[in-house]
Formats: sequence, C-alpha cells, structure tokens
Amino acid sequence: MYSVELKQVDKSYDKEQLVVKDVSVTIEPGEFFVLVGPSGCGKSTLLRMIAGLEDITSGSLLIDGKKADHLPPSKRQLSMVFQNYALYPHMTVEDNITFGLDVKKMRKKEKKEKCYEIAAMLGLTDYLKRKPRHLSGGQRQRVALARAIITNSPICLMDEPLSNLDAKLRAHMRSEIRELQRKLGITLIYVTHDQVEAMTMGDRIMVLNEGVVQQVGKPIDVYNTPANPFVAKFIGSPPMNLTTGLVDKNSSKITISKEISIPVDRLVVNDTNSDQVLVGIRPENIKIQEEPSSLDLSFAVTIDHVEILGTETLLKFKWNDDSVWYAKWYGQWDIHVGQTVRLTLDPDSLCIYDGQTEKLLQGPKNIQHQHIREGII
Amino acid sequence: MKSTAEIQEKSINKIDLKWRFIHWRSAILYLLPSIILFSVFLFYPLGKTLYLSFFLTDQQGNANVFVGLENFQYILQAESFHKSIKATILFVLYTVPTGVIISLFLALLANEKIRGVGIFRTIYSSTMGISVAASAVVWLFIFHPSMGILNQLITSIGGTSIDWLLHPDWALVSVSITTIWMNIGFSFLILLGGLQNIDDHLYESAKISGASYFYQLRRITIPMLSPTLFFVITVSLINAFQTFGQVDILTQGGPSESTNLIVYSIYREAFVNYQFGTASAQSIFLFICILIVTILQFKFGERKVHYQ
Ligand SMILES: Nc1ncnc2c1ncn2[C@@H]1O[C@H](COP(=O)(O)OP(=O)(O)OP(=O)(O)O)[C@@H](O)[C@H]1O
Ligand SMILES: [Mg+2]
Repeated sequence: MYSVELKQVDKSYDKEQLVVKDVSVTIEPGEFFVLVGPSGCGKSTLLRMIAGLEDITSGSLLIDGKKADHLPPSKRQLSMVFQNYALYPHMTVEDNITFGLDVKKMRKKEKKEKCYEIAAMLGLTDYLKRKPRHLSGGQRQRVALARAIITNSPICLMDEPLSNLDAKLRAHMRSEIRELQRKLGITLIYVTHDQVEAMTMGDRIMVLNEGVVQQVGKPIDVYNTPANPFVAKFIGSPPMNLTTGLVDKNSSKITISKEISIPVDRLVVNDTNSDQVLVGIRPENIKIQEEPSSLDLSFAVTIDHVEILGTETLLKFKWNDDSVWYAKWYGQWDIHVGQTVRLTLDPDSLCIYDGQTEKLLQGPKNIQHQHIREGII
Repeated sequence: MKSTAEIQEKSINKIDLKWRFIHWRSAILYLLPSIILFSVFLFYPLGKTLYLSFFLTDQQGNANVFVGLENFQYILQAESFHKSIKATILFVLYTVPTGVIISLFLALLANEKIRGVGIFRTIYSSTMGISVAASAVVWLFIFHPSMGILNQLITSIGGTSIDWLLHPDWALVSVSITTIWMNIGFSFLILLGGLQNIDDHLYESAKISGASYFYQLRRITIPMLSPTLFFVITVSLINAFQTFGQVDILTQGGPSESTNLIVYSIYREAFVNYQFGTASAQSIFLFICILIVTILQFKFGERKVHYQ
C-alpha cells in the first residue's frame, strides 16, 4: 500500500498549451481514488504521467513519499489496466496473465499456481488456453484485471476499464472491481468520464475540467455541495438545476424571475462583488406546492416532458429565461405534457454561486443523512 | 403419407440444384475477367512450356520430334545444370536471410519515434524506386577492379583489391550483395508497415511490467510481425529464385558459370543455344522447385504465424 502525491503538476504536449494545469493532490494508501471529467480534460494524461508513460512538464510526483518523476515505469511499483485492455493478441489468456511474472523470471510452478489462483478469483479458469480474440468483452476485461493484479503491485491504475462494456455488465463489474480492491487493499487510481462510476466506486473523487482540478472530496460531499457550477452540472443525473438571480444587497435577498425572492445571510451577500449569482438546486429538492407557507418560493411552469422510471418520475420544464430544469419525485406521478403545475423550491437545499468567480457562496443546510436504527429489522 | 414426403424431398432437391446452378453461373461470370487474363498470360504459356519440354525444337522454337522425358533426363545429368542449381541454392541462402534481417533491423530503427526519422524512412525505402538495370549498372561501377570505390576503399586502408565480378569465388557474392541492396527497399517498407500496425499500448503495458527492449522484441514485436515476416520471406524467396537482370548486366553468368542462376541458364539455353525443349524442361523444373518450397513454407511456417 503506497501513497501517490502530485505536487503542482503541469503537462504540455506542444510546449504551448497546458493540458494539465497545476494539479496537486495526495492519494492515500489503500484508497480508491477516482479521476472524473468530460472527454479531453486530461484524465488519461494525468494517469499516464503517474505511470511514467509521459514526462511531467513541471511539478513533481511522489510515490510512497519518494520522488518518482524520473523513475522508469517498471520501477514505480504499479500496474495498469488500459482502456482497450492492451492484451497481447498472439498469447493465450494464461500467457497474458503471467507476462509480468515471466519478466521477473519467476519459477514455472509458482507462476502457474499464482495464475490459477487469480483466474479462479476472477472466474477465468475455463478460458486460460484461449486467445483473447475468442473472449467476450467482459472476459477480456477480467483478463486485463488479472494481469494487473497478479504482480502484487501496491498501486493499480485503471483508464476507463469499463467503457467498452454494456450497461448491465458495467454495473456488475463496478462492484466486482470495488470488492477486489478492498480485498487486496491496493491503492487504486481509477479514471472515468462516467459520473455514476465515480459516485458509486470512489472513496474520494477528483473532478477535472480542461486540465484544472475543480473539486476533490468524498462522492457524497461533491454531490451535495459542488464547489462550482461546472461540478454541479457534471455530477448528478439529471444535473443540478441552475439559474441566474439578482442580488439586492440592502435587503440581502436574491430575486429569481421577479416571482421569487430568497432571503440570505448578510455575510453571503457581502462576499460577492457582482450583483448576479447562480442559484442551484438538485431536482429532488423541487417539490409540488401544496399549502402556502410563510416563505413563498413557488412558481408555475408548463411541463415539457415526463419520464416515469418506475420508482421515480422525472419532469422537464423551462423556467426563468429558458433555463432547462428537471424535477425528480419519488413514485409514479400522473402528470402529462403541457400541464401547468405549481412548484416550490426547498430554501434549505439551495446552492448559491458567485456570478463572476463562480465560487460557492452558500451550500445546502439540510443535507440528509439517513441512518438505520439498529435492531429495527 | 410417406410418398408425399418423398416427393416433397425430391422437389426440394430439384429446386436446390437449380439454385446451385444459378449461383455457379454467376460465380463464373464474376470470375471471367480474371480467368481470361490468367489464361492469356499464365495458363497458356505454362501449358505451352510444358508441351515444349517434351519435344526437340527447331531454331524458331517449333516442336519437331516428340522425345518424352528425354529433355528432363538430359538436364538432370548435365553438369552445367547441376552447377546452376548449386549456384541458385547458394544465392538464395546468401540473399534471403541476410536481406530480411537487414530490412528488419532498418525497419526497427526507422520505427522509433525520433525527430527527422522520416528522412531515414525515405532513404531506406528509396532502392524500391530504382530499376534493376540502373542499380546493376551502379554496382558495376562500384565493383570495378581498379576504379571501383570498393577496391579503392580496401586499398586505402591497406588491403589487397578483390576481383569482385571476375573471380569465380567472389562473383556470386557480388551479385548477392547487389540483390540484397536492391531488395531492401521493398522488404523494409513492408516490414515498417507491419511494425506500425502494432498497438503502442502493448509496449506500454510491457514497459510497466518491466520488460527490456529485447524481451519486448522477442515476445511482442516478432510474433506480432510474423504474418508480415512470412510474406516478406516468401516474396524474397520467389524473387531470389527468379533473379535475372542483375546477373545479365553484372556477369552474364560467368566467370566459369559461377553465377549462372537457373533463370539465366534458361535464357541462355533458349535464346543463345536455341534449345527451346531443354529450356522449357528447366523452366518446369524451376516451377516445381518454387512450388515445393512455397508449399513447404506454408505448411511449416504458417503454424508459427499469428494472424489477427
Ligand atoms: N500524444 C499527444 N500529443 C498531443 N496532444 C495530446 C496527446 N495526447 C493527448 N493530447 C491532448 O491532451 C488533451 C487531454 O487528453 P487526454 O487523453 O488526457 O483526455 P482524457 O481526459 O483522457 O479524455 P477521454 O475521456 O476522451 O479519454 C486533449 O486535448 C488531447 O487532444
Ligand atoms: Mg482518456
């Protein structure tokens, strides 16, 4: 179990444009760390720099507390699973799995034992004599996993290992990889562009955009209090609803679309320089207006689209200068397209971002942590 | 009940046959252009050669007297033909392995991602663009006993000059060197193409495992390149068996028949000695040799080849 530390790491391929900018993060030993971001944001580049397949333009990399910038890939004590698996097509599954041990000149018998042990763990025993091209995508994926973990490296890097699989298999492999990591206790750095994978697998996640770190933290914290509008839009499906609001510093209120004015803390309002803010709310925190309350945050909208997903109902509507918003309610709601409904915002669930700097001014106050009372069964 | 089933089966068979005929007919139609081309330029000459090899011919190459297998008996006993076979085998052994190994080496060098590597790629493949005649003439100058750059180089470092093309022991080596040089361009280009088709991720993965360059070469590059290597070896072999131009320009089969390769021998038999019968017999012999070598190669070589 080794830690990996990045210190102000920059990367540029053409000496002009920075693909990765000033990334600093410490990945703890035994942690499942997920790098997530849209396509082209530099995730693979960052991972390849950790692996030693790309040079670091500036900054430094520490593995297990020791400087590792100039170590060759083989000396960094890590293994890697590539996006296209990079299995050797001319070798059998067994040879593929043991390649790393061949290099280390391990004894034949020991090698075989180890290979069978890992193959049994990943359900590959029946396929050991086959060539990779005679395997299904999921099986190939497991061969790639087996090849990575057989070397007992304390660090494992994975670059979008599930992106070639169908949705069902992906969900299955998610938990399988997670369990494997727990069992082996390795430090795992996992790259994905899929926010569901990031949310469900990581101990911590790092959201990256255009080479810049947006937020690092526990998935649930990132979900509840996104550090900026980008993260708010990127994490969560459907994304967080955002719209612009105007700040009135005298009465410390934020008005949205003339109908709604939200009272906020004076300190929050004083923090901002511009008179515009972005107000965000998760779709599940938009409720139907039932009885008028003292603080009226209700508004009427026309529903554009309805999706009933069995356990929940998703509504799409446009509001306040054509921002597209979603509301998500538990249960199956009988609402049809074109219907006008009156909705209300939960005042404690709002995220407020500065209109210029896009910094978080105020996060939600009512984060729900539900606990099962012991002995309830 | 039973009879109706039988009738049905029969009629199905009939329809089946009809369809099979229609498929067969359209297949032939599609094949017709190649069949015509192959017939005119390949099957007809081959048949004619086989026919001639059983005859004594006049000066115009017309078949005169049927002699059965006598032409074959004759060539198999003739000492000059033995010499020619020996020279050809030696020539193949000199040129094919050396040529392929040098091309592979150059291709590996030119496949590295270094700045300016494009220049080297162009240089290495440039011999492909030079005709046999032109390059043979260039080498004729290089091998010239007194003015040739090769001998000048040797004498300048204190060696004794060599009669490259005039000494029976050296002539075949000289022709081989020329041939290797000429064939490198083609083999290089094909092998480089093969190398560039190998996925970079395989090497990256091997690097992380800690495999050295030569270990990667042995376990990844060569196996992944094997179909290309196999192709290059086959083509080089067939080319070597059929060498003619450089022999004609450099040595004319001499000195003392040491470079009288089979194709050159066939040419001499037919167009210098006007013995079309024995020349045809030699051609058939060469054809069978190449056929056997190629079949053997496919039978034994292909097992070791990995196809995607
Ligand atoms: N070898 C290279 N040379 C030049 N530019 C490159 C190279 N590799 C990547 N880039 C550029 O660097 C940026 C980041 O690429 P990277 O592969 O890290 O993205 P990514 O986040 O992994 O995207 P994806 O999710 O699509 O895999 C992209 O703009 C890409 O064009
Ligand atoms: Mg990538």
